[in-house]
Amino acid sequence: MRIPIESYRLSNGLVVTLSEDHTAPIVAVNLWYRVGSANERVGRTGFAHLFEHMLFQGSEHVAANEHFELIQRAGGTLNGSTWLDRTNYYETVPSNELALALWLESDRMGALLPAMTQHKLDTQRDVVKNERRWSMDNQPYGTWSERLPALTYPASHPFHHSLIGSMEDLSAASLDDIATFFSTYYRPDNAALSIAGDFEPRQARALVEQYFGVIPKGKSPIPPLADMELSPLFGDWRREVVPDMVMVPRLFLAFRAPVFGTDEYYAGSVLGAILGMGKASRLQRDVVREREIASEATAFTFDLTQGADLLVIDATARPEVSSDALEAEVVREVDAMRTDGVTAAEVERAVALIETAFVTSLQSAGERADKLSMFAAMFDDPRLLNEQTERYRDVTVERVNAFARERLGADNRASLLYIPKDGDEGQPDETEAATGATR
Amino acid sequence: MTGVPIALGGASAASARPAAAPPKPYRFPRFESAALDNGLRVIVAPVRMLPVVTALLLVDGGASTEPVGRDGVANLTARGLLEGTMRRDGNALTEQFERLGAGVFAGADWDTAKAGVTVLRTHLEAALSLFGELVLGPSFPERDVARLRAERLADLLQLRTEPRGLADEMFARFVYDPISRYARPEEGGSDTVSTLTRDDVRRFYTDRYRPRGSTLVLVGDLSVDEGLDLARRALGDWEGTASRSAPPADAPARTTRAVHLVRKPDAPQSELRIGHIGLPRTHPDYFPVLVMNAVLGGLFSSRINLNLREAHAYTYAAFSGFAWRRGAGPFVVSTAVESDVTADAAREVLSEIERIRAEPVTADELSLATSYLGGVFPIKYETTDAIARALAALAAYDLPIDYFDTYRDAVRGVTIADVRRAAEHHLHPDALQVVVVGDASEIKAPVAAMELGPMLEYGADGVELTTDPQNG
Repeated sequence: MRIPIESYRLSNGLVVTLSEDHTAPIVAVNLWYRVGSANERVGRTGFAHLFEHMLFQGSEHVAANEHFELIQRAGGTLNGSTWLDRTNYYETVPSNELALALWLESDRMGALLPAMTQHKLDTQRDVVKNERRWSMDNQPYGTWSERLPALTYPASHPFHHSLIGSMEDLSAASLDDIATFFSTYYRPDNAALSIAGDFEPRQARALVEQYFGVIPKGKSPIPPLADMELSPLFGDWRREVVPDMVMVPRLFLAFRAPVFGTDEYYAGSVLGAILGMGKASRLQRDVVREREIASEATAFTFDLTQGADLLVIDATARPEVSSDALEAEVVREVDAMRTDGVTAAEVERAVALIETAFVTSLQSAGERADKLSMFAAMFDDPRLLNEQTERYRDVTVERVNAFARERLGADNRASLLYIPKDGDEGQPDETEAATGATR
Repeated sequence: MTGVPIALGGASAASARPAAAPPKPYRFPRFESAALDNGLRVIVAPVRMLPVVTALLLVDGGASTEPVGRDGVANLTARGLLEGTMRRDGNALTEQFERLGAGVFAGADWDTAKAGVTVLRTHLEAALSLFGELVLGPSFPERDVARLRAERLADLLQLRTEPRGLADEMFARFVYDPISRYARPEEGGSDTVSTLTRDDVRRFYTDRYRPRGSTLVLVGDLSVDEGLDLARRALGDWEGTASRSAPPADAPARTTRAVHLVRKPDAPQSELRIGHIGLPRTHPDYFPVLVMNAVLGGLFSSRINLNLREAHAYTYAAFSGFAWRRGAGPFVVSTAVESDVTADAAREVLSEIERIRAEPVTADELSLATSYLGGVFPIKYETTDAIARALAALAAYDLPIDYFDTYRDAVRGVTIADVRRAAEHHLHPDALQVVVVGDASEIKAPVAAMELGPMLEYGADGVELTTDPQNG
């Protein structure tokens, strides 16, 4: 299964990838900028994400929120997202509106700053603070996404600090920060543009040249990140116990893992699927179904492309199970995999599930465009998309077992364990038992 | 600039906004519908972009068809399908599916039970044969039914500290009369779930899971004939007829406005749910209401979000929506706001609901709503899974066979007067129930000062703390 991929570079450095498909009259536009929370300076945690919000506040020829309105009026969908090492912006529109989507993206890449005002910044700062409260502070276990990187990356590492940011740092962000961040990172030579779906290639190339070709390349070199390299193992078993407003314990057990795209990554990804993808995965079969320790258990990777990645097991205890027992049973699965290895049938199952999920995801033009941007921005080669299935199929039992031996040991574990704050962990109280209070 | 002729409406500078090219024609994927000898309706939609097929079975066994006092049995039965068959246990069954790369799922919503699988074309036949096995001969092992029950009880326990889910469930409880199934959680509350047995599950399966009354949808890389043949082989031996279910009672708990404050001490935000009972999916005003809601709060660019988020920065997001069911589902505005602006946010929501009833929407607002709803239609149906779910809705609500072909015209036909009428008839400011999950010590006084109506207070377990309806 291969999709058509054409790629070229504008003279200002913008990498452009085209993937035609005329199944439906829709087209996706997707931009990756090689900037994320990793690029934030000290005292400005959360800035990359706040900046992403500001990109919807207008640009030289676009009013505040007009980007949203114009795309929605055109019958399209859109959004943006910020991650540790990249920020993306995307639209899917009826194919007759391709020019609109490209023009909007080009206007904010080329001329964001004329539209920036203190009032807009103040508003979005408050919106983002509410996003933090909503997604983390007022959500059980919500802080895991900030605590886990803090526990697993050294304090000096660009992935260590909070992506959503602290309230204090968000308060400190200024218009000067916006201007500096924009000129430093938001430039054609730090971005990858992809177009997937129903378009005519000659016309698409002409539109891209017209709208993006005039944007000058960045003036100064892009400042390199602090050293991203890390040793393959944590070197210890680190732990953090978090008493929280939760009813049952939940464990995040993380392992330092190889970055996306390496051979070892695919072995680790298959191992993760054997452990925690699907109902016949080991965690589901043994910990959820057979031993009834957890009500849910999955495994996943962050898919970071630089420095080091994380493989994470996420397991939520059944109410009658203590946090110690939860951790002990999950660790037992990990130890068993490490000592006894996996079977060929397990590898086959994992690869088959991954392949179906991958192919199925490519039905969406937006997904195709996003994956092409990822390979273009982070690997300088969007054609790698067509090699992914093979990379997974090449994984053998031996490679998975080698990964387990090297990476799942006690010298490479981090336990982030949430426990109920008031200590009456997991036990339904009398009201619940007597009256069925949630009816 | 290049010399390539392109449709840019004469623009030549990057600063000029491009005009749209003429729209291209779009048709929802062609599909055919047929009945097998056993009464099972089969809908096949060939969609051949990628070598993928989605199979989705729809059974008239949703939560609203549950026997009295058996809340939760619909979900338990649907999930129980995956726990084993007469021929193999749950582990063996799911492993067989997953070795084919097939993620199989089953669950129940208000109106239907659904089970489905998405698989690469090469494994379609094997996956459907297994699928037939779990539909026709589930074994519902005692132990697994007990485990699913315990997992549901664990979910309910966790809800006490999860403000979003808690607000949704409390809202339903305060809006619907207690005799309505809609007043209680879709997957059942702990009082009934804790008493469900394997026999309840077996009985529900025997009663509701029958080919006559069910629909199998197949979408993807296959022909209509192949689809019908596969359906026949997988489910042709299934027998029986399910009695036609009636929509549940949907009477309101209250006809006048009230405020319900659910205590969550130290919460940094208040979860707000403001609404009342809406209308059933098959109501003739469906399209005017859909467009009216898009202006009011259905989109990022709608009034409620632009007001609460972009003008006031009270929240990360604020939306309104009608939940469409066979009976009248709720209309609700949902948002989470910083605690100290709880009353202000509620006031803005109320004023937006009043405003859309009191004044006509502008032509610009109407065209934004209709062009959005019409335009995203093809984007919503890119995947075999999304197309299968759309066709399942067609079956679940007995929508006309040309529904998808006429959808965009129906949306575009809605006028400013239609929107006004829809708002007047289907939004009821005096009947709104205002539900707040938050830090009572901070929000009680300012919310009470708004004098929206009687204020009732509850613990996070839903137990009422005050009984004096005049307490405000």
